[in-house]
Amino acid sequence: MIQAILVFNNHGKPRLVRFYQHFPEEIQQQIVRETFHLVLKRDDNICNFLEGGSLIGGSDYKLIYRHYATLYFVFCVDSSESELGILDLIQVFVETLDKCFENVCELDLIFHMDKVHYILQEVVMGGMVLETNMNEIVAQIEAQNRLEKSEGGLSAAPARAVSAVKNINLPEIPRNINIGDLNIKVPNLSQFV
Amino acid sequence: MALKMVKGSIDRMFDKNLQDLVRGIRNHKEDEAKYISQCIDEIKQELKQDNIAVKANAVCKLTYLQMLGYDISWAAFNIIEVMSASKFTFKRIGYLAASQCFHEGTDVIMLTTNQIRKDLSSPSQYDTGVALTGLACFVTPDLARDLANDIMTLMSHTKPYIRKKAVLIMYKVFLKYPESLRPAFPRLKEKLEDPDPGVQSAAVNVICELARRNPKNYLSLAPLFFKLMTSSTNNWVLIKIIKLFGALTPLEPRLGKKLIEPLTNLIHSTSAMSLLYECVNTVIAVLISLSSGMPNHSASIQLCVQKLRILIEDSDQNLKYLGLLAMSKILKTHPKSVQSHKDLILQCLDDKDESIRLRALDLLYGMVSKKNLMEIVKKLMTHVDKAEGTTYRDELLTKIIDICSQSNYQYITNFEWYISILVELTRLEGTRHGHLIAAQMLDVAIRVKAIRKFAVSQMSALLDSAHLVASNTQRNGICEVLYAAAWICGEFSEHLQEPQLTLEAMLRPKVTTLPGHIQAVYVQNVLKLYAAVLQQRERTGTLQAAQAATQLLVDRLPQFVQSADLEVQERASCILQLVKYIQKLQAKDVPVAEEVSALFAGELNPVAPKAQKKVPVPEGLDLDAWINEPPSDSESEDEAPKAIFHEDEQKPTRPRQPEVDEEELARRREARKQEQANNPFYIKSSPSPQKRYQDAPGVEHIPVVQIDLSVPLKVPGMPASDQYVKLEQERRHRQRLEKDRKRKKQRKEKRREGHHRRHSSLHTESDEDIAPAQQVDIVTEEMPENALPSDEDDKDPNDPYRALDIDLDKPLADSEKLPVQKHRNAESPQSPDKEAVPGAEKKSKKLKKKDTKQHREKERRKGKGKGKGKKKSSKHKKKKHKKEKEEEAKDKRKARRRKAPSEEVAEEPVHNGTLDGEPLPPLSSYCLLAEDTYIKMTYDVQSSLQKDSQVTVSVILENLSRSFLKSMELNVLDSLNTKMARPEGASVHDGVPVPFQLPPGVSNEAQFVFTVQSIAMAQKLKGTLSFIAKNDQGSTHEKLDFKLHFSCSSYLITTPCSSDAFAKLLESGDLSMSSIRVGSITTSFQNLLAKICFHHHFSVVERVDSCASMYSRSVQGHHICLLVKQGENSVSVDGKCSDPTLLSNLLDEMKVTLAQC
Repeated sequence: MIQAILVFNNHGKPRLVRFYQHFPEEIQQQIVRETFHLVLKRDDNICNFLEGGSLIGGSDYKLIYRHYATLYFVFCVDSSESELGILDLIQVFVETLDKCFENVCELDLIFHMDKVHYILQEVVMGGMVLETNMNEIVAQIEAQNRLEKSEGGLSAAPARAVSAVKNINLPEIPRNINIGDLNIKVPNLSQFV
Repeated sequence: MALKMVKGSIDRMFDKNLQDLVRGIRNHKEDEAKYISQCIDEIKQELKQDNIAVKANAVCKLTYLQMLGYDISWAAFNIIEVMSASKFTFKRIGYLAASQCFHEGTDVIMLTTNQIRKDLSSPSQYDTGVALTGLACFVTPDLARDLANDIMTLMSHTKPYIRKKAVLIMYKVFLKYPESLRPAFPRLKEKLEDPDPGVQSAAVNVICELARRNPKNYLSLAPLFFKLMTSSTNNWVLIKIIKLFGALTPLEPRLGKKLIEPLTNLIHSTSAMSLLYECVNTVIAVLISLSSGMPNHSASIQLCVQKLRILIEDSDQNLKYLGLLAMSKILKTHPKSVQSHKDLILQCLDDKDESIRLRALDLLYGMVSKKNLMEIVKKLMTHVDKAEGTTYRDELLTKIIDICSQSNYQYITNFEWYISILVELTRLEGTRHGHLIAAQMLDVAIRVKAIRKFAVSQMSALLDSAHLVASNTQRNGICEVLYAAAWICGEFSEHLQEPQLTLEAMLRPKVTTLPGHIQAVYVQNVLKLYAAVLQQRERTGTLQAAQAATQLLVDRLPQFVQSADLEVQERASCILQLVKYIQKLQAKDVPVAEEVSALFAGELNPVAPKAQKKVPVPEGLDLDAWINEPPSDSESEDEAPKAIFHEDEQKPTRPRQPEVDEEELARRREARKQEQANNPFYIKSSPSPQKRYQDAPGVEHIPVVQIDLSVPLKVPGMPASDQYVKLEQERRHRQRLEKDRKRKKQRKEKRREGHHRRHSSLHTESDEDIAPAQQVDIVTEEMPENALPSDEDDKDPNDPYRALDIDLDKPLADSEKLPVQKHRNAESPQSPDKEAVPGAEKKSKKLKKKDTKQHREKERRKGKGKGKGKKKSSKHKKKKHKKEKEEEAKDKRKARRRKAPSEEVAEEPVHNGTLDGEPLPPLSSYCLLAEDTYIKMTYDVQSSLQKDSQVTVSVILENLSRSFLKSMELNVLDSLNTKMARPEGASVHDGVPVPFQLPPGVSNEAQFVFTVQSIAMAQKLKGTLSFIAKNDQGSTHEKLDFKLHFSCSSYLITTPCSSDAFAKLLESGDLSMSSIRVGSITTSFQNLLAKICFHHHFSVVERVDSCASMYSRSVQGHHICLLVKQGENSVSVDGKCSDPTLLSNLLDEMKVTLAQC
């Protein structure tokens, strides 16, 4: 079982917080902070597993994380999950994000937290791995996007116009900050297809 | 209306959407909190509007704020509103917010049941999908119960997208509502072979999670998984299955043998490291479960170790880490094969990655032997010096202590070395583990008698340099060792060369800066030392010096008397008074040394941590008996007979020990010594530890005082542990030579004597060859004499997975169905086709079950017989005892498991009864309600847990006449307490129609629901059945009066109860008790229990000979516990229940039942 999925940036700002076990908000924030300090200390060239037993659950739990450019993706899992399998799953998740947002960058995650959640929901459900096939995940996401579009979306046309006007006054939003090479693969790992 | 719409969208124009909110927060970096609280106010306004789009937008923003740590539970109701929106876009937002913030404590969650049910059955697969995803995060026991059936239907949905989600969520449902596991399991099993790989993977996932917690219940699936493993190409599925096999093999070694080959093939063939790694892991598990040492398996071990070595040597740190992790598993059973890679593991200790270093440390733990312990610890000590972070250094420290102290200091050959290692560790700056070191010092000094002299000398040196240890406030953790040092010096002061010096060291003014609990120990042990000093001085006749020591104490103790710590203060003033008194005596030249040391006579032996629990209650001691008569109580309840339940033993009422005088104590001590001397299990102190101690060579050469002021951190006077390593090597060398010599001599002798026995002359130094330097007698921890064997396995009763320990191979019983949502009217009369199940069919099923049951029972007995055979053959007394216990425990466990499902319990004792050879008459719970020439009515009252305060009355109506009976209507005069449930809109005087007609000679069953308020008393309701009898002559209107009797037993529900839970319940103490006795009973105890089970809905918790504990629960949640005992021709039943009236009424009913026996 996956106990929690956390995404935060190099400064510890949360970008996605998904717990599969109830914790009050302040505890959640504390866990995010502590996890951040744990992974921050670690060089990029050391192993991606951390025994963070005291954080969530007990000694059965491990933190498995990956660091992509400005973002850390951290999964907290118990011993029923394969360590290397979860590493691959993180890769699948990030690649899916990359496909859905077209060259994903941290800003996409910042402004579309809800969409990131919807993508994650197609990968992991209630703490259990739902789908590992990227094509299948993307197909479901796109189908749901189409459905949303057919309903007119959340922001109806007038609101969008207003928001466009509002945008004019703002300093230009930096776009297309790439989060570096997303195709970092685990060496010698065959992809799950 | 149109205007309203327009207005709505204009409002929308000025709302922030999620992007605006995020942008705003980013633009208000300085006053973020203020800005957000402003936004929350806006959101609150938006939530008040009718427009669902506005609400959804607001909830979406709340979800973002939740991520930032803001509590949004106040909006729970609005979230539900958005969840119930018709548009997918909004619904999805609502479910996302719910999944982020709902939990079992959210009270509005119960409002969602119907909405979720609606969404689950929605024609749009994405509505269903979103509901399933959300539910997976916030499912509660109530939701699980209410929706289990709907989700189960979805498991066979046409769309694989829904199927896989439904399958996955079942695991969550099982966790919250364990009763659903058995009914849902067949379908789950079916999904293992679903054509869609995603669904298949989900099913594997769920079963693996289930099996991980309770593997034994899933053994029967092994062939299916085996097939999947050989056919599947999906690595995820393969990994899961292989992990599952790893959990199953320990239970079934035959499975392991089968697995080795395909797994080895996979190891050779796969290119995926993750799969390779899991295969290696499972092979290891298999090899652990198989008996080691089989030749063909050593090849597999070699393969594993070899593959793991490749992983560890890999440049990828992840693989290195996992390699070490798996290696530690092999280590447990095949230490030899791992030990050959010691170089590699020691190398990993130098790795820059802390996780890897920690793993390597773990491995070291299992790799030490007598031979290499010193070497390894030496290496660790250098790491301790080098380590940069305190956490890693503390980890190293604990590991060193772990490694050395493992299995009762098995690998330590030289305790002087160990003590000096501990002393060296006290030099660590800023460690948190001072208490660990202290505990080790105490433990070693107490349990290894031969080391005491050395320990005392080291500890006195430590006390002497206490200022170094305690000076730095930063190093506070380490001053704990002074606690140990002071105690050891005091307790074993007879070994001190210069007690006077140590005494002075302990009385220095600096000491008062130490923490209170350490000062307290100082004060106490000062007196012990003082006693030793007195004795020494008086023996040598230097009375003057003795008086000087007294004066020293009188001078110095007042500094402790002023201590802020109460404990220190109290002890110090006590001792000060004592010393002043001694001073007076000394002034009169009275020898006092003997008397002072008598204060501390006797030896303190270590006591096992569990000892207290295991003290058996001596025969004839009744812990429940009052010491003084209790204050008389006017209520009669208290006059109930003494409690017989075992749990009462734990009540801390202990008879007070009478005061014992000195003589008596001495006598007892002598007696105990005698006893210990005769007790073969008590390891006695060696008669002359001193002499043996002298055997250790070279200790004298170690400089005792070696003050090195240039390195202040070094505790002076301590021999470095390194020296011991050298000494030890020399010693071993000498030993070896000696042994060789002896062996040669022996051989010569043997040759001379003409013995031609083969004698291995191979020179290998195995562990066993190394004799320890000190003849170490490790004093075992004391246990009370005839301690009770420990039988309780410390299982956590609150473990959520324990409830899922359910036998899945048993055929499903009729009653095991998932609750289906019914319309309210459906509670009253059931449709005839459902209820017309002829009794015969039911019975045949029962019979079948009976057969299988009996069969199983027989098998069980066979197994038991086998066990007995084994027992007889084993010669070892101890072993035998152990086995017996195991066997018993197994039986008990089995028995408990058999009893688990509720519907079986009522029948089970029946089978036991038949096995006893005494057939039991068929039991029927239906009794006559009323009868006339037309119709015969029999009825039974059943309760179910799901609807509290409701009971169902099943009435069988049998047409005895030749007429056709129709328009039957049943009416009952409601009492205040009991009311019949009538269709909506009906008045209390209307009858409830019977939903069928009866042709001549036919019988059918109708059900009526009654609501009950109080169940403490039996109830009688008057009622009438009216019907029209139609025959050739015409039709007549007929009536039949009856009296419905609701006994208290009918409000009980057979509920299984584990003996642990049962004991807990009794312990809780909020049950009142009552009892009955029935004489002249002739039936067997077995049948008796069966009757109680059947008629009164109890289940047997445990049965020992002619005594059984039983349990049941009422519809309203009262617990009822019974203890049934059979004496000669009589049976006594003691009951405990939270409601005394209910209990006494129940017992009265039971009396009637038993009287018929």
